Amino acid sequence: MDNEAPHDLTAAYALDALDPAEERAYEAHLAQCELCRAELAELRETVASLAYGVDTPEPPARLRSRILAQAGAEQTNVVPMPRRWTAPAAVAFAAAAAAVAIGLGIWASSLSDRLDHAEVTQQQSERVADILATEGTVSTNLDGRGKLIVTPSGEGALVLNRLEPPAPGHVYEAWVSEGGKPRPAGLFKPGRKVTAFPLTIPVPTGAAVMVTEEKAGGTDLPTSVPLFLVRT
Amino acid sequence: MRRDLAHLSDEALVTLVARSDESALGELYDRYSRIAFGLARRIVRDETLAEDALQEGFMSIWRSAGQFIPERAKASTWLLTLVHRRAVDLVRREDRRRAEPLDFVVESHVEAADDVAWLRLERQRVQGALRKLPDQQREAIELAYYGGFTQSELAERLGEPLGTIKSRMFAGLGRLRELLAEPVLDDTPSWTTKHPTT
Repeated sequence: MDNEAPHDLTAAYALDALDPAEERAYEAHLAQCELCRAELAELRETVASLAYGVDTPEPPARLRSRILAQAGAEQTNVVPMPRRWTAPAAVAFAAAAAAVAIGLGIWASSLSDRLDHAEVTQQQSERVADILATEGTVSTNLDGRGKLIVTPSGEGALVLNRLEPPAPGHVYEAWVSEGGKPRPAGLFKPGRKVTAFPLTIPVPTGAAVMVTEEKAGGTDLPTSVPLFLVRT
Repeated sequence: MRRDLAHLSDEALVTLVARSDESALGELYDRYSRIAFGLARRIVRDETLAEDALQEGFMSIWRSAGQFIPERAKASTWLLTLVHRRAVDLVRREDRRRAEPLDFVVESHVEAADDVAWLRLERQRVQGALRKLPDQQREAIELAYYGGFTQSELAERLGEPLGTIKSRMFAGLGRLRELLAEPVLDDTPSWTTKHPTT
């Protein structure tokens, strides 16, 4: 990378013409530059119209059922506990910036630079980025509020949008529960925009992952109603 | 039971998809699979790989619908961005990129359905706009978007400084935006005077 400001990468980014390192640098810039976000949104519309410049054959009929079957197979039982989540419709634009970038299709490429580093360490962010970049990860949507990502070898990460801070003197604690027995999977505090947190223990197939609010320092067993619970 | 979702906007469908509504995903597929498949096939240059790209693209839609923010993009833009991304990922992995210019295919038969007619009209409009771009700008945009080349690869391939490639992409997209905003006056066959309902 040269030292130029990443502003001039917007067109190439919109065209998906950056290599992974450039992309990470640009996304880090994007999270902080309202000008580039606005410009990118506009360029994306123009770029998307290029899709209409190609011949449009009918895809084979089997593809529709293949896709719907896979979508059905990924249905998971998400139990939302909305108490501490702000209404998505009311979010301030700045707070949603990271989620915008995610929503525009750069989800799996790099996330570490978009994260709030105040509460989640650089090392943890990089760990999450590694998990996201792992081939064959399964991502479970937490009803629009974030994701649980699990690699084929069972390493897990939580990426949460717009999580409110816990009560004073409290933290969030993640749990991996198998056969009804929750085991502590790490403590974290929410970032301002996106909270990304690598789970400290593996997530076996069929296990549930949940988050509770606990007193600072954490506990060995959950003592409050989970904010959410997701089954893998 | 098959619900009728035809009256819903694309954005409303994405909201339903975010709630794991499979029939909404099916409806989005029915609306965009042709264009998405055409795009993927253009990039990966192989029917089977195009199917994989489309499948991966729609699974990205399924998984990330919760992050879609309608204030920032049209649902169709978001969807085509995801499919494009998956196709480019695939073609880079397989290293099957080809540099031929966009082919202007003459269809051997006329399909009557309104949506097909509309796609033909759109294709003419976009190809017409591309043709009006300065050659070097068109080349950079086509090789990047349809060819899956990165800007650095383009600089090397075309023997130009990276800054030149960046400028061509930027200027080209700006000009393309203006051209696409112009009303279609010429290049339009008579059958398109019947305005399709979309």
